[in-house]
Amino acid sequence: MLELNHISWSVPGGEIILKDVSLKIPDGKLTVITGPNGAGKSSLAKIIAGLETPTAGSILLDGEDITGWDITRRALGGIGYAFQQPVRFKGLTVRDLLELAARKALTDDEVCDLLGKVGLCAQEYIDRAVDASLSGGESKRIEIATVLARRDARVLIFDEPEAGIDLWSFSCLIDAFESIKHQRGDSMLIISHQERILEIADHIIVIADGVVRTAGSRVMVLPQLMSEEKMARCPMGKAGKGGIE
Amino acid sequence: MNSITEQLLGVVADWSGGVSFKGAYNIRENGQCAGRQSSPNISIENKPDAPGLVIRIKAAAQGETVYIPACVTKGGVDDLVYNDFFIEPGADVIVVAGCGVHTDDEGEARHNGVHRFFVGAGAHVVYKEKHIGTGGGAGKKRIDPITDIELDEGAVLEMDTLQIGGVDSTTRKTRAKVGARAKLIIHERLMTDGDEQAVSDFAVEMNGDDSAVDLVSRSVAKGRSWQDYHSVIRGNCRCTGHSECDAILVDGGRVNAAPELYAGHIDAALIHEAAIGKIAGEQIIKLRTLGLTEEEAEQRIIQGFLEA
Repeated sequence: MLELNHISWSVPGGEIILKDVSLKIPDGKLTVITGPNGAGKSSLAKIIAGLETPTAGSILLDGEDITGWDITRRALGGIGYAFQQPVRFKGLTVRDLLELAARKALTDDEVCDLLGKVGLCAQEYIDRAVDASLSGGESKRIEIATVLARRDARVLIFDEPEAGIDLWSFSCLIDAFESIKHQRGDSMLIISHQERILEIADHIIVIADGVVRTAGSRVMVLPQLMSEEKMARCPMGKAGKGGIE
Repeated sequence: MNSITEQLLGVVADWSGGVSFKGAYNIRENGQCAGRQSSPNISIENKPDAPGLVIRIKAAAQGETVYIPACVTKGGVDDLVYNDFFIEPGADVIVVAGCGVHTDDEGEARHNGVHRFFVGAGAHVVYKEKHIGTGGGAGKKRIDPITDIELDEGAVLEMDTLQIGGVDSTTRKTRAKVGARAKLIIHERLMTDGDEQAVSDFAVEMNGDDSAVDLVSRSVAKGRSWQDYHSVIRGNCRCTGHSECDAILVDGGRVNAAPELYAGHIDAALIHEAAIGKIAGEQIIKLRTLGLTEEEAEQRIIQGFLEA
């Protein structure tokens, strides 16, 4: 289990982004963190992966304090992290990146399997450079595949995986997340606004203004979120059928 | 052939030891011939008027490889060689011309190879040139290659030139004249470290309609090393030219890039791209999130950059 205890974080020399955030990411479950833009969700993901250092609080992985671990140690310790904005490399191919993630040479079938999970045809992409020749959506899917390749990871973090992905590929991705949940048993933490991702969550945490506003099972949190969303869309009570009267 | 030559050949010319190269070859060691063999389609003879070779490749050579490596294995050797390649129309060959310089003493070890290619119409040549310097001596290790290329109508030459490291000083000059429908592809990769210096100088004349050149240089300057890149593509006719110069800086490495394009014809289409800078921090971080250390990530990024 991943535990965050009283995490706070400020932009260096600036605004306070996270305020005393405590939460638990249970083993083998899919937890979705959602909330308005600028709430601090991505910052929280970066703090877990070691890209940012909290100004206060601690992070425990299976009871071990990993707060002082650097990025590499956290990765080797079992944290997988998919960037919201994929990184491009001049000179690394898709296969190179997936093999670095898997920490071993991969067969064509293994690469094909990983790319298939994110809706890419392996034959077209296996030897392509992960550079500016890829579209935003292609880069995003490859980025997600690098985390799926992390067989040693215990906690997989995806920061807005839906961004830039077409509908068909998104369906593949939903299948991949469900497959991980049922077959691999890894913990997953997804930062998302997407309703279809919220619908496959076991737990939902809502962050707003840097604090945890709501946390609980999907059954408990999702209806509440949907209701609030409708209110936000139709505040004057003119939503018609199903709206607020 | 001494053991240092054998080691250098392993790096620069894929020498596997023991038996000689298959097919045609000439091994040059400290200015002397250490082994030679011609094949039915590729003849290698001494140049009559200067140190070096005349290599004649027949049209019947299809998919053959000729090895012309040169090694300097001690200080105090300043080797100068002139090799001329005459490639008949329609031939298809690979030329491997690696060079290694080694010194364990105070003396300078230097190789200066002047290679001239006369490529007949429709012929296809892959020219592989790999350079390395080794040895712990205080003597400087220098390699100063000059490559002159003339491509007849429809000929193609692909030049893959790589300097792995350990060469204190290099000045690399490549000149080419490209005929109608001919194509020149140059892929240069350079790595310098410490106080090493490298000068790359390309001059390509596009003289025949529908000729094309693609010149890509990738380099890494580490330590306090210094690199100077010049390229000139002159489009004198209807042609296409592309040059790309990318360099990664590490530590106190410095790079000067001065690409030049000249269009002397309304249908000359020439492009240049250049990028110099350190490794992007996000690239390092991404690889660290996959479990690599910062040093491993940097090494892998550089390796990929130079291999691409």
